Amino acid sequence: MAETDFDIKYVANLARIALTPDEEAKLGAQLGDILGYIKQLEELDVTDVEPMAHAVPLANVLRADEVRPSIPQEAALANAPKQTNGLFIVPKIVE
Amino acid sequence: MLHELTLSGLTSKLASKEVSSRDAMQACLDRIAAVDGQVNAFMSIDRDDALSQADAADAALAKGNTHIAQPLLGVPISLKDLFCAKGQPANCSSKILGDFHSPYDGTAVRKLRDAGAVLFGRVNMDEFAMGSSTENSAFGRSNNPWDLERVPGGSSGGCAASVAAQECFGSIGTDTGGSIRQPAALCGCVGLKPTYGRVSRYGVVAFASSLDQVGPLTKDVRDSATLLGAMSGHDPHDSTSVPTDVPDYVAELGGDLKGIKLGLPREFLIDGIDPEVRAAFDAAVKQCEALGAEIHEVSMPHTEYGVATYYIVATAEASANLARFDGIRYGDRVDGDDPFSLYCNTRGRGFGEEVKRRIILGTYVLSSGYYDAYYLRAQKARTLIKRDFEQAFETVDALITPTVPSPAFKAGEKMDDPLQMYLSDIFTISCNLAGTCGISLPCGFSNEPKLPIGLQFLGKPFGESQLLQIAHAYEQATPWHTERASL
Repeated sequence: MAETDFDIKYVANLARIALTPDEEAKLGAQLGDILGYIKQLEELDVTDVEPMAHAVPLANVLRADEVRPSIPQEAALANAPKQTNGLFIVPKIVE
Repeated sequence: MLHELTLSGLTSKLASKEVSSRDAMQACLDRIAAVDGQVNAFMSIDRDDALSQADAADAALAKGNTHIAQPLLGVPISLKDLFCAKGQPANCSSKILGDFHSPYDGTAVRKLRDAGAVLFGRVNMDEFAMGSSTENSAFGRSNNPWDLERVPGGSSGGCAASVAAQECFGSIGTDTGGSIRQPAALCGCVGLKPTYGRVSRYGVVAFASSLDQVGPLTKDVRDSATLLGAMSGHDPHDSTSVPTDVPDYVAELGGDLKGIKLGLPREFLIDGIDPEVRAAFDAAVKQCEALGAEIHEVSMPHTEYGVATYYIVATAEASANLARFDGIRYGDRVDGDDPFSLYCNTRGRGFGEEVKRRIILGTYVLSSGYYDAYYLRAQKARTLIKRDFEQAFETVDALITPTVPSPAFKAGEKMDDPLQMYLSDIFTISCNLAGTCGISLPCGFSNEPKLPIGLQFLGKPFGESQLLQIAHAYEQATPWHTERASL
């Protein structure tokens, strides 16, 4: 694990989070320390160990593909920062 | 005084018509008016709605509805600020949600309502449940009722503070790495994290979906059993909710610890445990032995990897879950010239520092080139940690550990050192990774200042009934749960 490769600008961009220069410096240093701590997992022998995504004793939980009641459009849009005519308003995507 | 009653104490007075739900609700509102200026547990309260819910409960009681059918009928309960309850705000103690109000009831909330509860206030938390002190709340921290200069723990710190300050008769929180048990320990109340899959997560704002679980914070173990029973059960809205029967947790309380095998994980009893915590814990182990329990030393060899594993798994899941906060469908939006800059600006402005830190860490461990080294390796470490539990539970019924290595710390003490803050979760984290259940209850106090100390029992998957029996037997033999903070 090469935490020295950690590039705060690049990763913050992937995460779609704008950081101020001060935040970049502070979070970058703290994340370096945290990655240094996490590095201890390298010590573990995980040969032939199955990865585990969750602890629940269930797999392939399915339900019938049928129309069910939902909240009304008005309620779904009520919290939108911008909306009109039953639509969410976003900045122009295609010129 | 009415606000001093336990939940079960209140329901027996409601049943005998000695008091009304309106009296109880008003007592909570009066108590909040008197002490919440110091404690700062509540983010918002709709007083009119609270009293009208109480009146509806009184009408149901007058009609002959009973606590057998509705075990929470007329009982005021507070909610961590991340539960969706129709018409109520759900800010997750974050700025990014703006004036969001939930359009629907989540399942735990609906079940509590069906059981007759009066769901009346939104309590403080670390932003998006990320933290151990409520200091990451965008709206200011809550204070520990035992010492206002100290933190109540977190992330369900407002829940624990509201119970310890006797501002409600129980509170509902969530626990992803200790977020119910740690604040319960620091505030001297009982906090239960059920087995993953026991309580539906539908309508609970997600932090780390494979770890999050809903649970109660209460004044005693009986109340914990009552609230767990009301919320548990299979829910088709949550595909990780497990279709298994819900025992009558309250009816199964009682009995002693004769024949119960308790495991003492040697890797938990590390250097660095506060001496007063260690002394209280050792005394609690002796007490359990005196009550008939057999104590067995067990080994959990992967314990030391718990925190590192957790901070990869939890942040990876958080980075995916919190992608939904993009300023498009709900919450506050910070404009940009194009969708990309709108996202970056909205999230840069809306999220607090710890949330940004964790999303960025989670994004990194999932990113191309690092996935195998971090995320996949952590998923394998998680398997090893789960196996530790499975092996221990082959020989013992439950594990006994301290909940937190130290009593409540002072506000500000760990804010500049996130890693130290993370390490305060060292005893609670592995339970979430393994997906099993755990409870914290008071087992003593420190001197100068007098601060609560928590004892943790960890139980088998879906073994809440036995876990509650063990905790109840210990609690009933000790005086700790009757002590209250002097506010």
